[in-house]
Amino acid sequence: MSMLLVQALNGLQFGVLLFLVAAGLSLVFGVMDLINLAHGVQYMLGAYVAATLGVWTGSFWLGALLSLPVALLVGLALEWLVFRHLYRRDHLSQVLATFGVILTVDEATRALWGSAPQTVLEPSGLTGGPMGGVEIVAGLIYPTYRLVIIGIGIVVPLLLWFLVERTRAGMLVRAGATHPAMVSALGVDIRRLFTVVFAFGAMLAGFAGALASPIFPVAPGMGDTVLILCFVVIVIGGVGSIRGAFIAALLVGLLDSVGRAMLPDLLRLVLDPSSARQTGAALASMLVYIVMAAILFFRPAGLFPGGRAA
Amino acid sequence: MTAPLRKHALALVTLLALAAAPFLGFGDGFALGLLARAMILGMAAVSLSLLVGGAGLVSLGHAATMGIGAYAVVAFDAAGVSEGLIVFPAAIAAAAAYALVTGAVSLRTSGVHFIMITLAFGQMAFFTTSSFSSLGGDDGYTLYARTEWLGMRIMDNRLAFHFLCLGLLALVWVGGTLLLGSRFGRVLRAARENPQRALAVGFQPYPYRLVAYVMAGAVGGLAGALLANASEFVSPALLSWTRSGELLFMVILGGVGQIGGAILGALAIVLLEESLSHLLVYWRLVFGPLLVLSVLFLPDGLIGAPPRLRAAFRFASPKRRNADA
Repeated sequence: MSMLLVQALNGLQFGVLLFLVAAGLSLVFGVMDLINLAHGVQYMLGAYVAATLGVWTGSFWLGALLSLPVALLVGLALEWLVFRHLYRRDHLSQVLATFGVILTVDEATRALWGSAPQTVLEPSGLTGGPMGGVEIVAGLIYPTYRLVIIGIGIVVPLLLWFLVERTRAGMLVRAGATHPAMVSALGVDIRRLFTVVFAFGAMLAGFAGALASPIFPVAPGMGDTVLILCFVVIVIGGVGSIRGAFIAALLVGLLDSVGRAMLPDLLRLVLDPSSARQTGAALASMLVYIVMAAILFFRPAGLFPGGRAA
Repeated sequence: MTAPLRKHALALVTLLALAAAPFLGFGDGFALGLLARAMILGMAAVSLSLLVGGAGLVSLGHAATMGIGAYAVVAFDAAGVSEGLIVFPAAIAAAAAYALVTGAVSLRTSGVHFIMITLAFGQMAFFTTSSFSSLGGDDGYTLYARTEWLGMRIMDNRLAFHFLCLGLLALVWVGGTLLLGSRFGRVLRAARENPQRALAVGFQPYPYRLVAYVMAGAVGGLAGALLANASEFVSPALLSWTRSGELLFMVILGGVGQIGGAILGALAIVLLEESLSHLLVYWRLVFGPLLVLSVLFLPDGLIGAPPRLRAAFRFASPKRRNADA
């Protein structure tokens, strides 16, 4: 039972990280109709910069904080260099050009940092309690840092919701997502709006990478797996819908973590242990995609259709 | 007669060059192996081009059909069967069956959702193959021997294998071109341009698309079976989504308008990768930007480059650019 609770918390925390990456992806897709495969690269860079700056400055938190402006700048640079030329192109060209960006940035990371995983500082100040954890249920200690991530995962979506639903900039973003021509006819510089949304999304993804760096290995290509899961998230949630992305991210995170922990045991009821372990692992990896295919089959527009119907 | 000849000139020249290559200094094992790989990927790319260019269906899971073809060869190899008359039809049938099942579901969606759902099925196939522990799991499987034909080890001969691949590539290209020009292909294109209108004149796009999807899957399976023989090694990496992305890239770089472009794209990518990786350690730092630039500046792909250049030099009549399309 406590095992299930731990897996559920791990799943929530993974879901929160997925949401931070998927939110930017969904905004860019919803507002600009741009499929940006290179968004995962921002996540990876966030992790690398946070790890490196953390070691330099001697504080994980300082490194994570400094990675925010760096991610923002990289986002602006990529937008200026590549993405700005893709807004008017078809989805196919966008997929391909951003695929080229992935190859380039992955390779640049390998050239700058090497292929080995990076050392990351422990997030200091959170080592209170026995063994750096908090006793959530009697006899069950859970790492404080992971709880902090879940907390951030509650605060950031609320902020984002406020920004999008209650501010003028958010209103323009929402309007731009559904009626871009109308918004620009009203005298809004849609180009600048795009740039801001893009850079903001890049920063969120970088932030997710920085948060993930003490938990997952910081290595080249780490963004690619996350990116694919984020596409699953925004497609399940409904393209352009922040609320849909949030719920779908938690769903995917939970399915993935709990499935990995539970499926091999469940299959042991019908199969012998070694094949149960293998089939279970494969099924658990597939689970998310099976659910996505099923959801798309019954609700092609996702769970919370909103924004632009793509 | 000259018009279709001119239209297919670039693809024809490429096929002729591939036929002549073994006698023009590319006869050693390494170069022939490289060309075989390019031709095999070219077959898969042509079949994908049939979907993308012909039917407007952008699949991001086409590598799965290739992987299934390759894993069929491997599974028979593990069972001690290497007769081509059994292995190849089985590989093609397995890939076609996969395409039939996944296509039946995927084709209910369109646009971005189609891209994503094909990706999802591709990922499922990827994780399935990595769970085949008797076939090496994640580590992959090395073939004991190449496929035989009626007990003869024809495919062990490099030159024979080269011409076998070339012949099949030409066959796939001619078949695809004829198919797109036929009534069937016209329905596909009509449904791509305007589904409502196709429906209004009495054509349900769904069955046509499904048949095209299954045919493309079958060719993907054939390419996979050949690829397993060419590299004598198969691993789940063959089914990864980046591999599907690469196939799409070959199609686009070559030019979506004509399926012959996919052959050019496959050759260009394989040769470019190979030569760059020999010259540089971090060769993708050059390769990646080249891909981005090609998307930005070659919207019609390589096959559209000559008419585009001609039009650029003869700017007095810009209309000519569209004449070939």
